Amino acid sequence: MLFRCLSKEGFRDLVEMTLETIEVVGPKEIGRDKDDNPIHHYLPVSNPDELDFDYATTEYSAKTYFLPFQENLSTYRFDEDDWTQDIRYRIQPRAIIGLHACDINGLLKLDKVFARDFFPSPYYISRRENTFIVGIDHEPCEGGFCRSLGTDTVTHGFDLFLTDLGDRYFVAIGSDRGFGALQKVHAREITDEDTHDYLTERQRLAGLFQAEVPVHDLGTLLDIEFTSEVWEKWGRKCMSCGSCAMVCPTCYCYGVMEKVSMDFERGVKQRQAYSCNLVDFAEVAGGHNFRPDSTTRLKYRYYHQHRGFVEIYDEPKCVGCNRCGRTCLAGISPVEVITDLQMDEQT
Amino acid sequence: MKYLGIESQRPKIGVFDFTGCEGCQLQLANKEETLAAFLSCIDVVCFREISSASGEGFTIALVEGAISREDEVERIRWIREQAEVLVALGSCACFGGVNRLKNDFDLDEANREVYGDQPKPTLPVRAINEVVPVDLEIPGCPVSKAEVERVVQHLIWEVPFRFPAYPVCLECKQRYTVCVFEMGELCLGPITRAGCDAPCPAAGLGCWGCRGPAQETNFEEFLSVARERGFSEDEIVDRLAFFGGFRGIA
Repeated sequence: MLFRCLSKEGFRDLVEMTLETIEVVGPKEIGRDKDDNPIHHYLPVSNPDELDFDYATTEYSAKTYFLPFQENLSTYRFDEDDWTQDIRYRIQPRAIIGLHACDINGLLKLDKVFARDFFPSPYYISRRENTFIVGIDHEPCEGGFCRSLGTDTVTHGFDLFLTDLGDRYFVAIGSDRGFGALQKVHAREITDEDTHDYLTERQRLAGLFQAEVPVHDLGTLLDIEFTSEVWEKWGRKCMSCGSCAMVCPTCYCYGVMEKVSMDFERGVKQRQAYSCNLVDFAEVAGGHNFRPDSTTRLKYRYYHQHRGFVEIYDEPKCVGCNRCGRTCLAGISPVEVITDLQMDEQT
Repeated sequence: MKYLGIESQRPKIGVFDFTGCEGCQLQLANKEETLAAFLSCIDVVCFREISSASGEGFTIALVEGAISREDEVERIRWIREQAEVLVALGSCACFGGVNRLKNDFDLDEANREVYGDQPKPTLPVRAINEVVPVDLEIPGCPVSKAEVERVVQHLIWEVPFRFPAYPVCLECKQRYTVCVFEMGELCLGPITRAGCDAPCPAAGLGCWGCRGPAQETNFEEFLSVARERGFSEDEIVDRLAFFGGFRGIA
């Protein structure tokens, strides 16, 4: 990998230059909760000052810039006894600046599903390839357990990755596109001092991330604990609202439906994000439901995260961001659920 | 009008109102961008709010409002006899709605409170399905016109139609609304049926449950979530009773 050093002013120029041609999205404070904690979302910005790199986490992941909650897959036009179909997946390019390593790792996992598997999605690939991604190092967020899942660092999947060295950024270059962008703002070659400062900062950050939940061999543990009462305990709390899957950076399940316009001249095929915790997720023809209980549904969400996905892609689907734990009104926390399973096995 | 090679039958529709604010009827005349198409699909034979036609011979009756007088009982029975399909429109028709709050008081006292020394004939408020059989219920205060359109498409061409099974939370998330519980508000979103696109929480107001319960509700957990956040029993009970959709479980 190539590295460069960029002054803070140089970075500002980079954002401003990008804003001249494409949409720039980044962490933005949108308000405060009842306890006066800031709430951040990834949103379009109109100038570099709106980017708040001191954010701890965002309520939603950046997933929906690649897999929108709703998306038209194709539109139809009916004409007498014939019909025509129109498919559009070309989108305007965009830059997302300020993603943490967990979110970029989330995209790498989605890449495996939507870009590198048997049925690549042109809708996803179009967005992914047309998005310029700038990541940034950060101190751990409260409740996050990315370290346990090895997602607190990232080596690819971005165009540029910044580490803040106080007066300047140490920049890892992840693509020729990123290299080209840095040329325009005169990023300089790194010196020994830059490297030293970078390694010191990386070491400091690494020390702050503590493994909070042992996930090694979790797949086997899940098989052993298939009938554990832990599922009953947490599943009974689940309100089957699907919020966890919506904020998750990697949950990608969806439903497809077709709608007809009121004048019956046009139709549209829509994809809508869905969740395995919703009551009718496993309902099939004839009204049969394979997972009618919230306890079974919650269990299968964990199975997909930490067992099913591992079997296919050799790594867990979860990145440990704990967005699901934060959004769950019932307080279902992945750290507690997994810890309960470990305890259950020991007793 | 033809769809997939099949000519439509343009059903005769009658719109009727009972005890309610007539807001659901007004919704039928909203959504201007598709209003012309909507009206060309159906043959309105009776709709006081938008048409002077007052004919009979309707096959589909869209009924708004709750039943709260003896003459309303007779009229809804007559409509039921005429209609092949009776659709209850809105929270009043489906659950009794806000009107139902009256049932918590002594009937004479409620009458005096509203009409003073000129009391009106009145009955305890009932939903339409408590008086006559109902074929389809579209809850909401008011109903969503988009949902009414899909139901009409379903009635004309059997275009598949289902209400969302999930609660309002999912729709809040899908429009990036910050959870109103986080802002210190009480919200019935976790137990209320979605399909409204969650406009109230998006405007900072917790859900009041006008669409009634979702297909499956974890009522026990909802109560503990609300209590843990410091909402009193009175606040919770008042909220649940407001539109009458949660009677039986509240």
